[in-house]
Amino acid sequence: MYELLVIGGSAGSLSVVLKILPHINRSLGLAIIIVFHRKNSEDTSLIEVLSRRTDCYVKEAEDKDELQPGTIYLAPADYHVLIEKDRSITLDDSEKINHSRPSIDVTFESAAEVYNSSLACMLLSGANADGVEGLISARKRGALILVQDPATAEVPFMPKQALERVGVDFLVKECNLRECPIFKSDS
Amino acid sequence: MDATRNIQLSDEEVEFVLNDVMDLYGYDFTNYSKASLKRRINRLISNDRFPSFAEFRYRIINDKDYFSRFVEEITVNVTEMFRDVTFYKTLRQQVIPVLATWPLIRIWHAGCSTGEEVYSMAILLHEANLLHKSLLYATDINPAVLQKVREGVFPLSQMRQYSENYILSGGNRDFSSYYTAQYNAAKFDEQFGKRIVLATHNLVSDGSFNEFQLIMCRNVMIYFDKQLQDKVLHLFYDSLEQLGFLALGSKETLRFTDIHKNFKQIENKEKIWRKIK
Ligand SMILES: C[S@@+](CC[C@H](N)C(=O)[O-])C[C@H]1O[C@@H](n2cnc3c(N)ncnc32)[C@H](O)[C@@H]1O
Repeated sequence: MYELLVIGGSAGSLSVVLKILPHINRSLGLAIIIVFHRKNSEDTSLIEVLSRRTDCYVKEAEDKDELQPGTIYLAPADYHVLIEKDRSITLDDSEKINHSRPSIDVTFESAAEVYNSSLACMLLSGANADGVEGLISARKRGALILVQDPATAEVPFMPKQALERVGVDFLVKECNLRECPIFKSDS
Repeated sequence: MDATRNIQLSDEEVEFVLNDVMDLYGYDFTNYSKASLKRRINRLISNDRFPSFAEFRYRIINDKDYFSRFVEEITVNVTEMFRDVTFYKTLRQQVIPVLATWPLIRIWHAGCSTGEEVYSMAILLHEANLLHKSLLYATDINPAVLQKVREGVFPLSQMRQYSENYILSGGNRDFSSYYTAQYNAAKFDEQFGKRIVLATHNLVSDGSFNEFQLIMCRNVMIYFDKQLQDKVLHLFYDSLEQLGFLALGSKETLRFTDIHKNFKQIENKEKIWRKIK
């Protein structure tokens, strides 16, 4: 029933993503977008590192890419990632939001407008409040909200803000990934 | 965020505004990427503190000056000098030596914004001793940014970053010798401005106006939908000399248009294509 998973993370989130990726298989039929706050877009090694942990195809998002199940799209440095009604990606290099480009808020909000309740948003470790406004819009549209347990986060500020201001459907810890609603292929 | 109510337009309301703008002012934004355009309009409504959609629409319809502001704010003008250093390195090493073989070099910067890209190019041409036989046509839909290109003045605070970009892209001269610092501004040397030809040009509605050996259109078509991209790419095709170069932004592609068959991407996979047929 879920068609798109958007994962947003800042400081301290890469290691969590590396632990989550083995649970993301092609068989889930999900398209995945990962929005990291990062600097260098020339960093192709990140794509390789991520690819090694999953059987999904991992690529950096390009303008007008059509979202396909079984594919992971990494937001490029310095562009916001938005989703069109026809489920293709639009890149946008407008002003930073929350000092961030890509901004997690922008992708959560835009994905929610298209995917509604077939969207799952996951917010991980980080030091700023990016992502929280996006979770609020996504929740209003019926998306599943997953937040990393601040107690397990390297930098708890971001997930903590989310818990205080949005609430959560599933608290993500390393030990409970198997029970996570989106990783059960029969859901 | 302040207390202003956050207005989120419906798709229908966005259509209303775009149709008004087209009927009254002749600007057609209907084939811009919707998700991004809608965000821009919502942002404008909130920044300018309109209490309702109706009031925003009324203002657009009745105030021509406000429409100019609309164009300035709806379009995204973010740019920098030597943006994407590997791209400029490739221009320097692989494109400029080919351009050098033409007696007169004509380059079109479509969607040049405030001109950082144009001055970067002019510096490359200068360093290859080609500037004197080059013309850089800088066009944009937004007349306000073209005024900035004419002045050739950029924020001094950016120069550190630009100088770093310049060096990483293969520059080995003293970058600061190209401008004079005045208060908070860096004024670029007149020799560059002299080779730049400015014009407002709307890629949606205006046609081909010359033939070029290089067309740069970077981070402009990301704001267009596929259909409009396709149309504009045909315009570029028609405006390029045989074996001329087309350069797009680093996350853009020709993949989605039939015209890609007439182009060949250069080998190192930078977003530069040659017109081969
Ligand atoms: C993000 S800037 C890109 C600047 C520069 N090329 C770069 O890559 O750094 C996009 C520019 O495209 C211009 N633009 C948008 N729509 C246009 C149109 N229909 N025709 C011409 N220019 C347009 C905007 O005014 C803006 O200056």
